Amino acid sequence: MKSRPPVGAHLVPSMVSRGEMSAEEYIASMFERIGRLDSSIHAYLQLDRDGALSKARALDHRARRGERLGKLAGMGVAVKDIICVRSLQATCGSKILEGFVPPYSATAIQRIEREDGIVLGKTNLDEFGMGNTTQNSAFGPTLNPWDLARVPGGSSGGSAAAVAAGMASVALGSDTGGSIRCPASFCSVVGLKPTYGRVSRYGLIPYANSLEQIGPMGREAEGVSLLFEAIAGHDPQDATSSPEPVRPLSAGGIEGLRVGRIKEFFGEGAQPKVKEKVMDGCERLETLGAKAGETSIASLPYSLAVYYIIAMAEASSNLSRYDGVRYGLSVEKGAADWNTAFAKTRSEGFGEEVKRRILLGTFVLSAGYYEAYYVRAQKVRELLTREFALALKKFDVLLGPTMPVLPPKVGEKVTPLEDYLIDINTVAANLTGLPAISIPCGFVDGLPVGMQLIAPRFREDLLLKVAIAFGKEQGLESPPLGEAA
Amino acid sequence: MQTESGLKVKIGLEVHCQLTALRTKLFCTCSSDYRSSEPNEKICPVCFGLPGTLPVLNAKAVEYATMIALALNCTVANRSVFYRKNYFYPDLPKGFQISQYDKAGGVAIASGGEVEVGGKRVRITRIQLEEDPGKLTYEGTIDKSTYSLVDYNRAGIALVEIVTEPDIEDAREAKVFLEKLRSIIESLGVSNGELDGAMRCDANISLAGGARVEVKNISSFKEVEKALNYEILRQRTFSGNASSETRHWDERRSITIALRSKEEEQDYRYFPEPDLRPIVLEPAAIASVQRAMPEVVDARASRYANEFGLSKQLAKELAANKDLSAFFEECAKLGQGHQEMAGLIVGELSARPLPAAGALPPEDFAALVKMIETSAITRAQAKEALREGLRTGHRVVDVVKQKNLSAVVDERAIAALIDRVVAARPGALEEARGDKKSFSYLVGQVLKEEPKAQPGVVAKLLAQRLHGK
Repeated sequence: MKSRPPVGAHLVPSMVSRGEMSAEEYIASMFERIGRLDSSIHAYLQLDRDGALSKARALDHRARRGERLGKLAGMGVAVKDIICVRSLQATCGSKILEGFVPPYSATAIQRIEREDGIVLGKTNLDEFGMGNTTQNSAFGPTLNPWDLARVPGGSSGGSAAAVAAGMASVALGSDTGGSIRCPASFCSVVGLKPTYGRVSRYGLIPYANSLEQIGPMGREAEGVSLLFEAIAGHDPQDATSSPEPVRPLSAGGIEGLRVGRIKEFFGEGAQPKVKEKVMDGCERLETLGAKAGETSIASLPYSLAVYYIIAMAEASSNLSRYDGVRYGLSVEKGAADWNTAFAKTRSEGFGEEVKRRILLGTFVLSAGYYEAYYVRAQKVRELLTREFALALKKFDVLLGPTMPVLPPKVGEKVTPLEDYLIDINTVAANLTGLPAISIPCGFVDGLPVGMQLIAPRFREDLLLKVAIAFGKEQGLESPPLGEAA
Repeated sequence: MQTESGLKVKIGLEVHCQLTALRTKLFCTCSSDYRSSEPNEKICPVCFGLPGTLPVLNAKAVEYATMIALALNCTVANRSVFYRKNYFYPDLPKGFQISQYDKAGGVAIASGGEVEVGGKRVRITRIQLEEDPGKLTYEGTIDKSTYSLVDYNRAGIALVEIVTEPDIEDAREAKVFLEKLRSIIESLGVSNGELDGAMRCDANISLAGGARVEVKNISSFKEVEKALNYEILRQRTFSGNASSETRHWDERRSITIALRSKEEEQDYRYFPEPDLRPIVLEPAAIASVQRAMPEVVDARASRYANEFGLSKQLAKELAANKDLSAFFEECAKLGQGHQEMAGLIVGELSARPLPAAGALPPEDFAALVKMIETSAITRAQAKEALREGLRTGHRVVDVVKQKNLSAVVDERAIAALIDRVVAARPGALEEARGDKKSFSYLVGQVLKEEPKAQPGVVAKLLAQRLHGK
C-alpha cells in the first residue's frame, strides 16, 4: 500500500467516479497513514474506520454499476470534534461532554455525506474552541507535523495537522476568532472562514454564536473549494443562515485584482521575518497581475478587546447547559442540592481556560457592567464593520499575515493575555462577519507562514480564486515526517 | 381600596399564557400537545437543549401574540428582539430561557395597552413572547423534598407573558381582571385557559409604601384570590413593613413561603439571543392580523348592542361567553326577537354545560323564541320546554306540542282572573295606579294564578282597569 495519498484531494471524486481509483483503497491508505503517524501528532480523538471503509466500498460498488456519484465522492473528511456527527461521540475536547453521542448530524455533515464525502473521524481541539494552540484539550495536545516541538495552532489544530500530514483529504474546522486560519497558517494548509451566515451552524456546538462559522481546510485550495461549495448555502434550521445564493468559482486569473495591505496587520507586534514573508507573498500576487496598495483600519487596535468581551459573554451563556442533568459528566457525590451538584460537575468538567472565559463572560454581562462592556463592544464592532466596508470599496481583497508570529514551542510559558494577543489579525473577520482565508505563504526557519486575505460578504469565490492561483505559483511542500515525499 | 389598617394595596400581575392553539412548540417542531403524554415523550434535540441545536421561530406564535397584543389595546413593535435570560435550574434545558426584555436595549413584541375591568382601567405594561421551561415534580413539598423529577415535555411551549401596571387594588379585582383576560384570549382562539397550567400567574403585592413582594407559582386563576388574600393579610400583620422578597404559593397548604430576599435576587444577565433574528412586523402585517383576527369580547358586546339592539348588560353577559355567542349568532340569523333570544340563552344555557352539537338546533331555538314573540306560548313555558328538551333529549318544538303548551290570550278569561286577584287584595288597585312596582306585583299575582296567561295581555287589561276602562 502506498504511504501517501496518491493525488490531490480535489481529483479524488472524478477518479473514484470513473473507476480509476478505488475509494476503499484510498480511504484504507489514509487510515494506514493515521496508524503510522498519529501516535506522534495526535490529530484525531476518535476514528470511524469501519464506517468509513464500508461507505467507501459502497461507493466503489456504485461506481462499478455506473451510478452518478456526489461531488465529494471518496474524499476522506476529518471533522473537528465540536461539530456533531450522528452516532460519533462529540467531546469538544472537554471532560464535561465525555460520552455524549449526538443523535443528529450537523447540516454541514449531512451535506458532505449527501455528496458522498466520507467522515474519517473527529479531530482534537482546544476545549470548546477556546485557544490557539490545541494544547487546551482535556485529551492531550496535538503537535505540529512540521515540527513536533511546536504547536499546530488552534483551536482547529487537529483538523489542520490531519490534512497537513496527509491523514485526511480535507477537514472541517470552526472559526470563532481565527480557529481555522491560525492552525492553517501554523500547519501550512489552506483554511477558509466563510461569511457569517454562509454555512449552517446547525450541529456546531457553540462557543460564540454571533462570531463563528464552520469552514473547510485542506492542503490545496481546489479541495477546500470543493468542500466549501458542498457545505455552503441556506439552511432553514439555522435562522442566521443566509438565503443569498452561493457564487460559483469563476474561471480566469487574478489580473487587475485590487489587493489592499492593511497597515495595522503589519504592526509592531508582528515578527519582522513573518511580515517580510507576507510582503513577499503580496509581491508574488502582483506578478500574477494583482495591483497592491495600502490601507488603514483605524479601529483595528480595539478589535481584540471587543472580540474577547463578546466571545466570552456569549460563551458564558452557551456553556450554561452543561449541568450534568441530561447528558455528559455528572458529579453528584456529596451534593445535597442541585446547585451544589451543578457546581461540582462544572468545576470538575471544565478546564482552566474555559472556566476563565465563563467567569469573564459572566462578569461582562452582569448588571451594572453590561452597558460598559457588552453594549460598548457591540458599538465598536459596528464601527469596525463600517471601516472594513469602506476599505473594501477601494480594494477587492484585504491582506496581511494570518498570525503575527511563527508557531510557538510546546510548553512555552505565556500569560493568558500574551496568548490572546496573537489573535490580533484574525478576530476582525469574525467581528465583521467577512469571509477570510489563510493561504500557505512559504517558510521562515523551516516553519510555516500564512497569508490572510479578507473579502466582501459572500465573496468566498474571490478568496478561493486567489488561493488557487497563488497555490499553483507557490507549489506544495510536505512536512518532514521521516518519509519520502 | 383602603384596608382595615388604612394601607392602600397595589397589585401588579404577570400572567403567563400558553398558546395552546399552536400545533408545535415555539422553536422546534415538537407537538405542543403534551398533557396526555408520558414524561419526556414530547422532546427533540432542540427543546431538550442538546448542544449544537438551534431555535427556529414558530411564525404562527408571532401572529397569535400579535392578536393578543391588539386585543389588549397594545402598540405592537415593528421590530422586537429575543433576549436570553440566564439562570441555572434543572427544568431549564439550555441554562437560559429565550425570552424578551424591555431594558438593556431590548424591545418586547408589544407594550402600553389597557383592559377595562368593572369601569376602571388596568394598564398593560408589555407583552412578550417566550418559551416555557420544563416541569419539576417534588416528592412532598418544595421545601422538604429530597429529590425531584424533571419532565421536559413542557420545555419550549410558546408562552405569552402579559405584565400589568400595579393598578389592581384587591384580590377580587385581580380575579375579575384575570377572568376578563381569559375570556378575551379565548375569544381569539389562541389559547384554552381551561387546560391545566395553560394560564399561570405571578403577583407583585405591596401595601402603601411597603416593600414589593413577589408571589410565584400561582398555578390557576382559582388560586389567585386565595394567594393574594393570604399575602395581603400576611403583609398587613407587618403593618406594611414586609421585606422585599420572592415568595412561593403553596397550593396544598394555602400559604406563601419565602424563597429568597430581593438582596439575593438573581442577576439574569440578559443579552440579545444571537441565534435568532429580530421579529420584524411591518405596519401592513400588523393590520392584516388585525383584520383577520376574531372579535374580542368588548367589541362583540358593543356590536350586539348596536346590531341586535340588545340591552348593554345583556350584550356584555352574552359576549363574555364565546360558545353562547356563537349559538346566539346562528339563531339570530333565523328570526327576530333578539333581546328575547339573548335573554333566554344567557338565562337558561350559561348555567349548564352547553348541549352537545345537534341536541339543540338553532332552528328549533329560533322557533321557540318566535312562539314567545307571537304570544303562542309564554316565556315561562318556553323555559319549561327548553329544560325538558335538554333533559330528555327531545326536540323543544316537540316538547311544546307534547305538553300542549300554549299561552292563555283569551281576554275574557284573563279579565276574570284579574277580577279574582283584585278582589282578594283590597286597595291593591289603588296602590298600583301611581306605582310601577305595585303594578308589576299585581301582574305577577295574576300570572301566579294562571302561569299560562300571556303576560302582555295581563298587563294591557290591568292597565285598562286602572284607567277605569
